[in-house]
Amino acid sequence: MTQPRSFRYVGTRPIRQDGAEKVTGRANFGADLSFPGMLWGRVLRSPHAHAKVVSIDTSAASEIPGVKAIVTSADLPEQRPGGDPTDMYDLTRNILAREKVLYEGHPIAAVAATSREIADRAVAAIQVEYELLEPVLDLDRAIAPDAPILHAELRCAGSDPKPEGPTNVASRILIERGDVERAFADADVVIEREFTTPTVHQGYIEPFACVARTTEDGQSTLWCCTQGPFTVRSLCAALLRIETSKIKVIPSEIGGGFGGKTTVYQEPLALLLSRKSGRAVKMVMTRQEVFRATGPASASRIRVKLGAKRDGTLTAAEASLAYEAGAFKGSPVVAGAMAMFAMYDLPSVRIEGFDVVTNKPKVNAYRAPGAPMATFASESVVDELAASLEMDPIEFRLKNAVRQGSVAVYGPKLKAVGLVECLEALRDSEHYRTPLSENQGRGIACGFWFNGNMQSSAQIHVNEDGTATVVSGCPDIGGSRASLALMAAEELGIPVEQIRPIVADTETIGYNDGTGGSRVTYATGTAVIEAARDIVLQLRQRAAAFWDTQLENVGYEDGKAIPLGDAAENQQPLPLSTLARRAARMGGPIVGRSTWTARGNGPSFAAHLVDVEVDPETGRVEVLRYTAAQDAGKAIHPSYVEGQYQGGAVQGIGWALNEAYFYDAEGHLQNASFLDYRMPVASDLPMIDTIVVEVPNPNHPYGVRGVGETSIVPPLAAVANAVQAATGIRFVDLPMSPPAVLAAIDRTRG
Amino acid sequence: MPKLHIRTEINGEPAEFLAEPHQTLLDALRNELGLTGTKEGCGTGDCGACSVTFDGQLVCSCLVLAAEAEGARIGTVEGLASGEALHPLQQKFLEHAALQCGVCTPGFLVAAKALLDRNPDPDERTVRYALAGNLCRCTGYDKIIRAVLDAAAELRGEPA
Ligand code: FES
Ligand code: FES
Repeated sequence: MTQPRSFRYVGTRPIRQDGAEKVTGRANFGADLSFPGMLWGRVLRSPHAHAKVVSIDTSAASEIPGVKAIVTSADLPEQRPGGDPTDMYDLTRNILAREKVLYEGHPIAAVAATSREIADRAVAAIQVEYELLEPVLDLDRAIAPDAPILHAELRCAGSDPKPEGPTNVASRILIERGDVERAFADADVVIEREFTTPTVHQGYIEPFACVARTTEDGQSTLWCCTQGPFTVRSLCAALLRIETSKIKVIPSEIGGGFGGKTTVYQEPLALLLSRKSGRAVKMVMTRQEVFRATGPASASRIRVKLGAKRDGTLTAAEASLAYEAGAFKGSPVVAGAMAMFAMYDLPSVRIEGFDVVTNKPKVNAYRAPGAPMATFASESVVDELAASLEMDPIEFRLKNAVRQGSVAVYGPKLKAVGLVECLEALRDSEHYRTPLSENQGRGIACGFWFNGNMQSSAQIHVNEDGTATVVSGCPDIGGSRASLALMAAEELGIPVEQIRPIVADTETIGYNDGTGGSRVTYATGTAVIEAARDIVLQLRQRAAAFWDTQLENVGYEDGKAIPLGDAAENQQPLPLSTLARRAARMGGPIVGRSTWTARGNGPSFAAHLVDVEVDPETGRVEVLRYTAAQDAGKAIHPSYVEGQYQGGAVQGIGWALNEAYFYDAEGHLQNASFLDYRMPVASDLPMIDTIVVEVPNPNHPYGVRGVGETSIVPPLAAVANAVQAATGIRFVDLPMSPPAVLAAIDRTRG
Repeated sequence: MPKLHIRTEINGEPAEFLAEPHQTLLDALRNELGLTGTKEGCGTGDCGACSVTFDGQLVCSCLVLAAEAEGARIGTVEGLASGEALHPLQQKFLEHAALQCGVCTPGFLVAAKALLDRNPDPDERTVRYALAGNLCRCTGYDKIIRAVLDAAAELRGEPA
C-alpha cells in the first residue's frame, strides 16, 4: 500500500458529528431509553464471597403484586467447559450462580416487575440457603497448600509435571529466549525486586444499562451500552441457546468502557426476563453493583530481575508474574508477560506467569490489559539500574530501546516503531530541563501495547446530492466517528462536513468485532478507506462508460472523476455530486463496501515524563507537571489522539496514587463507591502535555497505529520513579496513597 | 402512599409531574419528565453527572427529593442552548474536543455555567476546584479546563 504524500482532511480537527447531541443532552446512552409498559429488572446478589448454594426459593417473591418474571440459573441451559475465547461454562455461572457463589455480588436470580421498587422488594423476598466457605482473597492464600478450592474441576494448564489435584492456579505460561543464566553472569549489575498492585476498576462513569424487548414470535431487540454489540449478540445467543438471528443488538451511545464493557452481565438476564414476561425490561446497575460485580483489573504480584553491563547495555531479564483472575480463570497475565520488556532489545529473557482464581469478581479487560502493572515492575527496575550505573534514565533507555529490525521479546521482528522518537522528544523537551525544588522529583517510564486487529466491515452510501453516510459497527467511545469521517473525506475528496458517520446495529452492518484493542481507527478505519476506494472505482467506471473510454483513462481527484489520456481532450471532469445526481441513469445507487480481517496492526510505544512533589508531613503526592509522548503513526484527528494520551495518563496516575479495592476478612468490598474508590478529579491534576510522534505504521494506508491503550502503561512506573527521586524511597507496592507514603517516610526518619 | 403533585419550573417553563415521596429529582427528571440529558453516574452525590441548578444553586439532583422542586426553578443541560445557537460553553466543549464518551458532559456544562455565572473570570485553579465534584474518566480534564477558560473569555467579550 502506498502512502499519500499529503493529506487534505486527515490531520485536521473538525467538530465531531455526534457532538451537538452530546452537549445538549439529547444523545441516548444506555439508561436513556424507555418504553410504555416497560418493566424494571433487578438482580439478587450474593452477600457472601464464597458459599455453596443449597437452595433458592422464589415463591414468596413471585406472590408480590407487580412481579412479572423471575429467573434463576435453572432458566439457563448448561454449557460445555473449555470454549475459546469465551468459556461458556464459566460465563453462564458468572451470569447466574449455580452450585456456588464465588464473590460478593455474584448474581443469583433476577426479577422483572412493574417498578424498580417492587423489583427490589421481590429480590429481597427470595430465600437463599447458603453453606458458607472460607473465602480466598489474595494470591498467597490462593496458592497455599491448604487453600480452599474455588473450582473442584480446575487443573493447572501448562504446569509441568502434569497436576493431579484441584488448584486455584488456572494456568502457568513460560516465555523463554536465550541463555538467561549466562546472560546474568555476564552482567555487571543485577537488580531484583518484587512488586504488588491492587485490584482496580475501569471506573467508566456510565453504569451498565440495557433494555430488552421480545415479540410473540421470539424476536428480541436489545438496546445496551457496550463496546461490542456483535459480541453481546453472540454471547447472549449462546447463553440462551437461541439463534443469532433472533437477537438484534442496538448499541446506545456508550459512557466509557476502557475494556470493561466487552462482555455481558445483565444483558442476557434482561433478554430472559423479556422473553418470559412478554414485556420490555430495563436494567440499570447501581454504582455499587458496578464496583462489586463487573470485571475490574487484576491484582498482581510481580518479581523482576534485570541485568546490565557497565556501559548500560541490558543483558538479561527474568520475571515471575501472578495475576488474580477473580472468580473464573482468565486474567491478562500472558499479555502482561509479553508486554513488560517489549520496549527493549533483550537477547535473554525468561518470564513465567500464573493465572490465579480468587473470590473476587471475574476480571475483565482494562486498557492495555495486563501491561500497566507488569510495566510498573519492569520500568521501576530499569530506573534503578540506570541510577546504579549513574546514567541518565532517558539515555539508558535510548541505549536499549527497540528500533526497526529489533526482535521483540514477544516474538516478531519489528517494522518501523517510534519509541526512540518518543524518548528523544522528552529528552529535548523544555520540561526535562526545568529545575526542581525541594521535595520534588522527576520520573520517566516507557510503555508498549500490541494493538488489536480483528474483523471489521464498513459501508459508505453516497446520497443523491453527493454527500455520504459512513456506516460502521464499532461503538464510538472517544471520537472514532470523527476519524472515520475524515478518512472517508480524504478518499472521496469531499469536505468532511458532508459526511455523516454512524454506528449501526447488528442487522444493518456486517459483523464487526468490538471497540477494543485500540483497533477502531486503525482496523475499521482501513475498512472505511477500502469502502471509499470501492466507491471511487465505481465512479471511475461510470465516468469511463459515459465518456466511452477505458477505465485507465479515468482518474479521480478532489471529488471528481478526471479524464486522462485521449479522454482528456474532449471531456470535462465529472464531480461526485453530478455522478450521484445522475445515479439512476448511470448505474444505480452508489454503495461502497469493505469487509476484512485486519492484520499488520502496528504497535504503539510511549514515554511519559512526570514531576511530583511529596509533602513530607502528609505523604500526599502532587503531580506538578506531566508530558506524554506517544507514537500515533498518523494522527487522523489530533485532538482525539491527544485526548487518548491525556485520559490514559490520568487513569494511570489514579492507579499509581490512590485507586484500590479494599476487602474485609470475609471478602466484602469496603469501598464500592466513587467517594471511597478515589479516582483523580480536576483539582488533583495539572494540564497533561502531549507530544504526538508520527512514525507511520507501514501496514496501514495512512500509517495509523492504535493509540487508545499504550497511554495507561507508563504512568504507574513514571510516577513511582518520580516519587523515588523526590523521597529517595523506592515504592514497590501500589497505591502510593498518602498513608503509605507517610509511613515509608516515617520509617526512613527512624 | 399517594403520589405527590409537584409544580415547578424547568429551564424557564412551568412543569408539573407526579412523584413518589422518596423519589429523587434526578429520577423524576429522567423518568417522569423524559429529560434524560441529566445523567446518573453514582446516585450518591459523588460524580456530578446529575448536576442541575436549583434556584440558581448547583446541586446533585440525585441528592434532592423530587418533592423539594415544588415552587423552585430547576436548570438542566437541556436549557443551555437557545433555539438554534449553542451556549458558548457547549460550543467550546466541541471545539476543544472536551468530551470523549460524553456521559459526563451535561454535568460539567451545568457546573461550569454555574461557576461562570458567579465568577466570569476564573483562573485555571479556580476552574479545577469548581469542577472537582464532576468526575470524567475519559479526558484527564485537560481539554475540559481549556474549554471552560476559553468560553469564559468569549463570554467576557475578549477576542480569541
Ligand atoms: S449521580 Fe448524582 S452525583 Fe453521581
Ligand atoms: S468524556 Fe467520558 S467520562 Fe468524561
